[in-house]
Amino acid sequence: MLTAILLGFLFALFLVFTGKFFRGKLAILSALIPAGLFVYFASFIPQISSGEIISKTYQWVPAFGVDLSFKLDGLSLLFSLMITGIGFLVFAYTASYLRGHKYLDRFYGYLSLFMAAMLGLVLSDNLISLFVFWELTSISSFFLIGFNNTNPASRKSALTALGITGFGGFSLLAGALLLGSITGTYSISEMLSMKEAIAGSEYYILAVVFIFVAAFTKSAQFPFHFWLPGAMKAPTPVSTYLHSATMVKAGIYLLMRFTPVLGDQEFWNTTLIIVGGITMVYSAIHTLFRTDLKGVLAYSTISALGILVFLIGLGSKDAFMAASVFIIVHALYKATLFLVTGIIDHQTGTRDVTKLAGLRKIMMPVAIAGILAAISSAGIPPTIGFLGKELTYEASMHAETLTIVIVIAIVLTKILLLWAGFVAGIKPFTGKLPEPYKDVKAPDFLMWGPAIILAVLGLLFGIFPMIIESALVKPVVSALGADASEYHLALWHGFNTVLLLSAITIVVGILLYFFVKPSANLENRIGKLEFISPKSILEKGTHYFNVFSAFWTNVFQNGYLRNYVTTIVLFLVVLVSYIMFGSSRVVIDHTQLSQVTAYELVVALILIAGVFYTVFTKSRLAAVAAMGVVGLAICLIFVFYSAPDLAMTQFSIDTLTVILFVLVLYRLPKYLTLSDYKMRVRDGVLSAALGTVVCLLALQVLAEPTNSELGDFYAKNAYIMAHGKNVVNVILVDFRGIDTFMEISVLAIAAIGVFGLLKLRLKSTDRSQ
Amino acid sequence: MEVLLAIIIGILYAAGIYMMLRRSLVKLIIGIILLGNGANLLIFLLGRITEGAPPIIPGESKVFLEAYADPVPQALILTAIVISFGLQSFAIILVKRAHKVVKTDDLDEMNATDEDS
Repeated sequence: MLTAILLGFLFALFLVFTGKFFRGKLAILSALIPAGLFVYFASFIPQISSGEIISKTYQWVPAFGVDLSFKLDGLSLLFSLMITGIGFLVFAYTASYLRGHKYLDRFYGYLSLFMAAMLGLVLSDNLISLFVFWELTSISSFFLIGFNNTNPASRKSALTALGITGFGGFSLLAGALLLGSITGTYSISEMLSMKEAIAGSEYYILAVVFIFVAAFTKSAQFPFHFWLPGAMKAPTPVSTYLHSATMVKAGIYLLMRFTPVLGDQEFWNTTLIIVGGITMVYSAIHTLFRTDLKGVLAYSTISALGILVFLIGLGSKDAFMAASVFIIVHALYKATLFLVTGIIDHQTGTRDVTKLAGLRKIMMPVAIAGILAAISSAGIPPTIGFLGKELTYEASMHAETLTIVIVIAIVLTKILLLWAGFVAGIKPFTGKLPEPYKDVKAPDFLMWGPAIILAVLGLLFGIFPMIIESALVKPVVSALGADASEYHLALWHGFNTVLLLSAITIVVGILLYFFVKPSANLENRIGKLEFISPKSILEKGTHYFNVFSAFWTNVFQNGYLRNYVTTIVLFLVVLVSYIMFGSSRVVIDHTQLSQVTAYELVVALILIAGVFYTVFTKSRLAAVAAMGVVGLAICLIFVFYSAPDLAMTQFSIDTLTVILFVLVLYRLPKYLTLSDYKMRVRDGVLSAALGTVVCLLALQVLAEPTNSELGDFYAKNAYIMAHGKNVVNVILVDFRGIDTFMEISVLAIAAIGVFGLLKLRLKSTDRSQ
Repeated sequence: MEVLLAIIIGILYAAGIYMMLRRSLVKLIIGIILLGNGANLLIFLLGRITEGAPPIIPGESKVFLEAYADPVPQALILTAIVISFGLQSFAIILVKRAHKVVKTDDLDEMNATDEDS
């Protein structure tokens, strides 16, 4: 199974080196990969439908409980078959659609990368590896959506899609870690048995919210839906693949996968019903206002995803049944419609539905595919779409609360989706062929073949529902944790309310189709409401965030050292004084302090005088000399207080610094006073405040007890262990020898730097001198 | 003496920061040196000062027989003095080279990265 998943990745890698062979006639060969995988997964159907679950585990990071464990049950099988089956048709279709494209090999690379990531996603049984594959689908879909990388709009929508789904991925990781910490495992199968523990946990709601955000962003639920219409900038094969069967269904898959773990709780069900309900109605209405064929399909896709989320939210056996049938229905008709749209676009050069008509005269097979798909999407018997619709109605009529509202919402959505399906699948082929399209050429078999295969399958499954019943639908329902054994799919259920609703839907939908035509007028009208859409709100938010960041950066990173120092010092003073004076009073312990002798006082006074002279003198040389005096005074303090080594070091370093200063800097320009009086007063106040705070802090610390354990250890062992009598030296060269070695390295680097700077010939400057 | 030392440390800190806030590069370096001296003294003071008892084991004995100054702060300060010398010498040479190139000692005129500005 690992090989099956890795095959796509390996093929993508293989294309990197051999890509140029696949740009021409050989391109069609790459379709063999998904075809082979489809056959491989199809061979599991008998085992899965008899209730078996096939799993395989490869250790990856066992220390963290992260394994590459794969599980093939009904749910995974359905998705795997869709991914590889529709993948095969899309691969073949692309060979004709993008024939002669400069980067055809690259396109196949991205496509197979995406396919492999999708397979990994639906087969993973480990939450962390699921997350990794989830992110891989986001990344590879970014390349697919932005494939026309010379088009700025395409790049922008790819980035939007990546941003939204990436955010969802982040949320998925958070949810995975949370679930992992609740259950102590990342294995989804093991979580199944801990359903009560998870539901009882205080983090249940939080974990569910994280999973929801991940699923809603990926499956384009309101208010994250807007990346999907934007993603229509991609070449049509990509739209077909991503939006009918794979990418956007990943969120649905996630919800279904977690239904047995997290589901059957009020929060879970209510949220899904509300979000799914809003999404399905909202975007079904939106389809009325589009003239671009792909725009119509995009919004009807979002609406269909809304229906699926809604069905999962209903949570009943009927609803699961309806959801699993509707996934198949939607994959079949939506892929067909996308393929048909792609053919129309490819042959006529337009997707504007108001301009298209009568194309049946040129491309009869395409027209058949389109009409069949439209009928299936409308739910007219005997297509599988009818089955899906009946089951959906059945499930919503058994909703526990607000049944009337739910039924009206779903019927309204279905009516509008019927309209959308007719506009996309029937409108371009009926009526009189417009003059400009008289010379349009018929597409070749590679293009219309896949479309007609899918359309006919939709009809076939409708007439003979037993083909998919035990093979695909029932295993999915049982993977969702419901018992589906007594169910039977059939076209005819007798006269009942559901049939009546179906009839209403079909009649009203068809009437709507004849009375409301897509027009640019309608499209403009909705455009005026664009400013309150989630998309423009997000874009504005991003824009203002950028403006704010630029402002913020300019305030703090303004390139003036003194402003940085001022900020730091001010912050330090305020924070330290708040802590020091806010909580306790400053205590000075007089008993511990030593007396001040006369010579100490003299040294201190010299030191203070030196500091003031350094600061206020107008001569650079005098300042440097005074600084030397300060250093020597400190040296004396070291001598008084038992630190002969420090005194020696301080003495030599201080002398060296002064000499260096004088030698190097005596030729600099006049020591200017660059600041005005006000600035100096401000800086003076700030520095004095810091000085006071440090002084008080030092006194405060002195009042606290000290710990001399470390010093005692060194003193005790200096001679015994290191055979040295000067403890400070022993610490430096023995106990902390490596530190000293590093220090020497630092000095060496500084010396090299100094040497380099002295020897550096600055060419441009030398010339100007 | 501790109070006096604390006051000295406060003055060194204040003077150091004040010099760092000036626009002249040379004053900036002087400020850093003063601040460094202040920090060294602060560590020295907080390690408790002891008069006339250097941490050197006397004569023939193997361990200290009477009170001694804590060697740990001294070791720390010794390292700090030496490292700050590395920093200072490099900074001084850098100022000189920078002055040779841009002909100014004013930090505000060195804001741009371009040589000709």
